[in-house]
Formats: sequence, C-alpha cells, structure tokens
Amino acid sequence: MAASRPPPTHLRRGRWWNAPWFDTLQFAVFTGALLWLTVAGAMNMGYNWQWYRVPRFIYRVVDGELIWGPLIKGLVVTLEITAWSVVITLAIGLVTALLRLSNSFSGRIVAKVYLEAVRNTPLLIQIYLFYFVLGPIIGLDRFWVGVACLSVFEGAFACEVIRAGILSVPRGQWEASDGIGLGRVQGYRYVILPQAVPLMLPPLTGLVISLIKNSAIVSVIAVFDLTTEGRNIIADTFLSFEIWMTVAAIYLVLTVTLSVFVSYLEHRVRARE
Amino acid sequence: MKDNVVIELEGVNKWFGDFHVLKDIDLKVRERERVVVCGPSGSGKSTVIRCINRLEEHQEGRIVVDGQELDDDTRNVAAVRREVGMVFQQFNLFPHLTVIENCMLGPTRARGMSKAEARDRAMEYLARVRIPEQAEKYPGQLSGGQQQRVAIARSLCMQPKVMLFDEPTSALDPEMIKEVLDVMIDLAQSGMTMIVVTHEMGFARTVADQMVFMDEGRIVETAPPERFFANPESERTKLFLSQILSH
Ligand SMILES: Nc1ncnc2c1ncn2[C@@H]1O[C@H](COP(=O)(O)OP(=O)(O)OP(=O)(O)O)[C@@H](O)[C@H]1O
Ligand SMILES: [Mg+2]
Repeated sequence: MAASRPPPTHLRRGRWWNAPWFDTLQFAVFTGALLWLTVAGAMNMGYNWQWYRVPRFIYRVVDGELIWGPLIKGLVVTLEITAWSVVITLAIGLVTALLRLSNSFSGRIVAKVYLEAVRNTPLLIQIYLFYFVLGPIIGLDRFWVGVACLSVFEGAFACEVIRAGILSVPRGQWEASDGIGLGRVQGYRYVILPQAVPLMLPPLTGLVISLIKNSAIVSVIAVFDLTTEGRNIIADTFLSFEIWMTVAAIYLVLTVTLSVFVSYLEHRVRARE
Repeated sequence: MKDNVVIELEGVNKWFGDFHVLKDIDLKVRERERVVVCGPSGSGKSTVIRCINRLEEHQEGRIVVDGQELDDDTRNVAAVRREVGMVFQQFNLFPHLTVIENCMLGPTRARGMSKAEARDRAMEYLARVRIPEQAEKYPGQLSGGQQQRVAIARSLCMQPKVMLFDEPTSALDPEMIKEVLDVMIDLAQSGMTMIVVTHEMGFARTVADQMVFMDEGRIVETAPPERFFANPESERTKLFLSQILSH
C-alpha cells in the first residue's frame, strides 16, 4: 500500500478568495446591494413601509400568554405537509426505483410510464387533477390531496436519485451478497442500500428542499399553509411587500437550516469512514 | 479412490450475445478434490466457475452441484449458493461492515443462525486465516492480503461443501501473495473441495489433484499435475506453460 501523503500546501490552505471571511464579505456586500435596491425602489414608488405591523402576524403576547400568529400556523401546516410528503415520496421513489431495476417487464413499464407522465406535466395541472378528479373519487380532503400530489410529483425525482445511488454500488457487491446465499431482498437491505443511502443523501436533501418550496402549490387548493396565510393577511392589510418578504424569509430560514444540518450529517458520516 | 462427485458439468455451452464463451465443457469434481484451472486471458475460466454458483447462466448442458441441478428454479440456486463459497479477485468485502460483521452476515441472515453462534464461528475462521485481531476493523483499514483472507473466512463461515476461487492473488502486491496462498494450502490440506483459477503454478503443484487447461472457451487438457507440467499432451498447453513459467 502506498503511504498517503498530505496534499501540497497551496491545495490544503486554499487561497484568500476561498477563505471563509472573504465568502462572508462577498455575501454581505451582495445582500446589502440587494436591500438597498429594494428600499430605494420602494421609496421611488412611494411605498409606505409598515414593518411594525408585521410581528403580530408571527406572534402576539396577550395577558402574558404567547399566541402564535397566522404565519406560524401556516408554517406548521407547511412543515406537516412536507414531513408527510417526504415519507411518502421516499416510499414511492424506492418502489419505482426497484421496479425500474427489476427483471419484471411490466414492472419496468409501469415505472417508466409514471416517471414520464409526472415529469412532463406541470405541477399546477397535477394538483388540479388530484383535487378535482382524484380527490372526489378517493375521498381525500385538501390536506391529503396536497400531500399525495406533492409525493407523486417528487417521487419521480426521488426514483432517479435512488436508482442512481443503487447503481453506483459496484457489481461485485451483489456478487458477494449472492455468493454468501443472501436473497434479493436481503441483498438490498444488508448490502446494497446501506452503501447506496449515503450517496443518495446530498441529492435527497435537494429533494426535501424542493418539497418545502413546492409545497406552496397547495395554496391553490386553499390549504392553510404558509403561502395561503401570507396571501390572506395581504388581502386584509395590503402589506404586500412586508408580508411576502417575511414569507420568503421564513422559507429561506427553513431550507438553509436544513442544508446546513445535512452537510453536518454528511461530514459526520464521512469522518466515520 | 476419492469420494462421490460434488460438481458435474456436462456439455455446458454459454454465449454472451453472439460470442460463444464456453464450448462443450465437461468437468467432474469429487469430494475433497482440488482442481486448478488455468489458461490465457479471456479463455472463459471465470465464466466457468461463475456458472457453478449461478452468477452467470449457461444456455446448454447440465450443471449439477451437490445433487442439485442448476436451472431456473430460484430455490435451487439459493440452496446451491449456500453450499458453494466464492472468493473473488477483487475481494468484494462489504465496506460498510466490520470484518466480523462481514463474516456474520451470511450465517445469520441466510442460515438463520443466532448472533452469538455466528460470532463464535466467525472468530474461529478468522483465526484460521490468521487475522483474529482485525475482527473489529473495517475492510478499508486492511491490506489487500488481509482483505482477501477475510473474504476467505467470510465464505468459510457458511461452511460450504465447495470453495471457488477466481484468481484470488492476482490483485495483490507480490509480498502479500504468499500469506493468501498459505491459507489456501491449509484449507486444501483440511480436505476442502476446491476449484481454483490461478496462475500460481507453485501453488498448483502443491495442492492440485487435477489441472485443467482452458483455451478459447474449451477445456483443452485435464491431467494430474505431475503429467501436466512434465509432459503435457497439447501444443497449446506447452506454449502456455512455457510462457507462464518463464516469468
Ligand atoms: N458479461 C459479459 N458480457 C460479454 N462478454 C463477456 C462478459 N463476461 C466475460 N465476457 C467475455 O468472455 C470471455 C471470457 O471471459 P472470462 O472472464 O471467463 O475469461 P478469463 O479466462 O477469466 O480471463 P481472465 O484471465 O482475463 O480473467 C472474454 O472474452 C470476455 O471478454
Ligand atoms: Mg477471469
């Protein structure tokens, strides 16, 4: 075995433009410029900023008691939708990935038709189909129509991620698994998936983030998620700049937190190896 | 005389698409017998032994392993695989499991053995391949020679009737070849039935009962090692031996 040598200094250290402080500076300048543009633009059109009216839509304190505002209630619904959808998305993705990799001809066709249908129609149309056609037939309420639609939509992407992960495990692993007498299901469970899942994790995070964002689509079928709540508040108060910015910021906090958390997890997984 | 036949190939033919890889292969391996297969690259050596535990399917002929004929019946395939251990050129250890977990997976999951019993057995075989002290490490932390010995122990934990080896030392650095061959010689002396694809002719002389020489998908010559090395019948065998022994 060749002894592993440390990489050359210039690769290890990185140049100043790769340093964290420079990243931070870049980010600050960029955000500052954006903020200034917005504020200046709003001033030019005579927009009357009323940020002081925003907090009560997030929380209020009445008689020393904390009461969550509609934005937080909407956020909770968004989180619920996302959580359920993640679970169902992964289940759909795993099943279709296994179907696509199976020896069954009809299984592969079913998976292929599903993938093509979902990937080649707009999400908005899908949710209308679910709401107006499938919902009444199966008798789902709005919340579950939203969850079902998002899961079916994202399941197609999860399928590709999971399939790619499974395929990137070397063939020899299957042969070794067969060789010690494990069946197909056992091979997946004990040999292939444990190696494939860490590879799928980064792209699956992307998927969860896109689920959070796409969950806003349920506002078109009047599920009271974050986006719907935001729109309702604006209808009452005309605070469109402040509320949309707040809503966007909440989504942003959610997705950024998630990606930071996952990169920490990945780091841990890699450190263990 | 040796005991009964454990592996029998009769008129086996196999194609990869249009390419005829195996041509009328006949081979009998008896219990406790050691067969060494050699031949030039691409002659179909790997394919033959991969057919024996159904990592590849043959299209014509019969393959019978321990009384079970290999056909499309998946139960037969699973039963055969539990009785046939396979060691690969590239080790193919499970990188996400420790050495001992690698050894315990088959017994616990395919044979339904208890964890404690599987662990004892794994330690026993790790001791036999002379690396009991590496049990809790991950494969990535071991040298190639150590990894291959773990792979042998992993197969032995299934207590197979037959062990198949596909060039077990050709991915190893020269200084590690011996430690693996020593383990295989031990195994041969303990009476294991073995089919070994290898170009290690010293090993072949020591352990083989039968030498099999393959070329272009055919078995060209089968002979006991004394005759095979001293006095081969076929010109192609002579040519091959002169090339390989001159190294
Ligand atoms: N999956 C496959 N599809 C198509 N052709 C294959 C496949 N596997 C092997 N072959 C071909 O079959 C022939 C025999 O291959 P095999 O691996 O059995 O040879 P080998 O004797 O083991 O050679 P080597 O000493 O290089 O390992 C080769 O020409 C190879 O290219
Ligand atoms: Mg080979």
